[in-house]
Amino acid sequence: MAIASDFGIRSPRQEVLAGARDIIPLVVGAVPFGIVFGTLAQGSGLSFGATIGMSAFVFAGSSQFIALGLLAAGSTLPLIVLTTVVVNLRHMLYAASLLPYVQGSSGRWKAVIGFFLTDEAFAVAIRRYVQPDPSPHKHWYYLGAAVTMYGNWILCTWLGLTVGQLIPNAAAWGLDFAMVATFVGMIVPYATTRPMVGATLVAGIVAVLANGLPHKLGLMVAAIAGVTTGFWLETRLPPRPKAKG
Amino acid sequence: MNDWLLVASMALVTFTIRYVLLAFSGRIQLSPTLVQALGYVPPVVLTAIVVPAVVLPDGETLLLGWQNARLVGAIACVILALWRKNLLLTIAGGMATFWGWQWLVS
Repeated sequence: MAIASDFGIRSPRQEVLAGARDIIPLVVGAVPFGIVFGTLAQGSGLSFGATIGMSAFVFAGSSQFIALGLLAAGSTLPLIVLTTVVVNLRHMLYAASLLPYVQGSSGRWKAVIGFFLTDEAFAVAIRRYVQPDPSPHKHWYYLGAAVTMYGNWILCTWLGLTVGQLIPNAAAWGLDFAMVATFVGMIVPYATTRPMVGATLVAGIVAVLANGLPHKLGLMVAAIAGVTTGFWLETRLPPRPKAKG
Repeated sequence: MNDWLLVASMALVTFTIRYVLLAFSGRIQLSPTLVQALGYVPPVVLTAIVVPAVVLPDGETLLLGWQNARLVGAIACVILALWRKNLLLTIAGGMATFWGWQWLVS
């Protein structure tokens, strides 16, 4: 251990704190989103307990919102579950990106990483995983970030259920725009290469064109189109140095 | 519909989606090509979620003019994110622009 610390490897505790600190901006962006979810939930027929339960056990904001919409529209359970699968399939792509870093990890770590795998936790943790230092404690960084996100999500759902009910017409304030602002802030730093810019442009355009597809399938179509474009551009364009980080 | 059954079903499929590849990570070998392609996944998926939310404010009608406060707010976010790599500034500035513009055009 002495040797490890000589090389500047952070302890699990330091990794947890660093992860929690680094995800704070994304947590702030999720606050209005969580409150709006809690506020809208009861109006769409979900009980108080099940609303908290959904945030605690499903923990997937976009699909929770879509479920509320389908529930209010009188949709059936199989259809809501199918839509959940489609909307959350992107998390499988995140898991695939994490594979190189979990090989050799315990089954418990894999279950924990899987349960907490959100857009935000992934976006923050992948930057830690790709760092070249050989720290064996990078999962703790993920845990710190993910649990911070999780605690905030449940707290904000509860706030929406309680305080949110007192605010007249809270849903019309456009608080959900915070999700757009957060995601834009997460996307832009990626756009440093031409293939990446091309990939996101195509994904955005296809997502709009395919918006009419049922069960939010347009999301997957756009994702496949964007990734294919990026990969195709990368193999065709001459390599050039990455823009300054 | 039983809302706890709904929560349990959604939780089960969501966890399965997130966990299944991790569970079999020891037996999965990703080709370098696939790893290269996966690098595009995060920004592409987030873009595919965000763009329709911005340009189709009601979920159906394309609104690409100045009267769309979401579009103006999102453009402000892009400018702020390019200018400073400060996520909090992007979120706060974007929300302020969105609300200000919404107030102006309503």
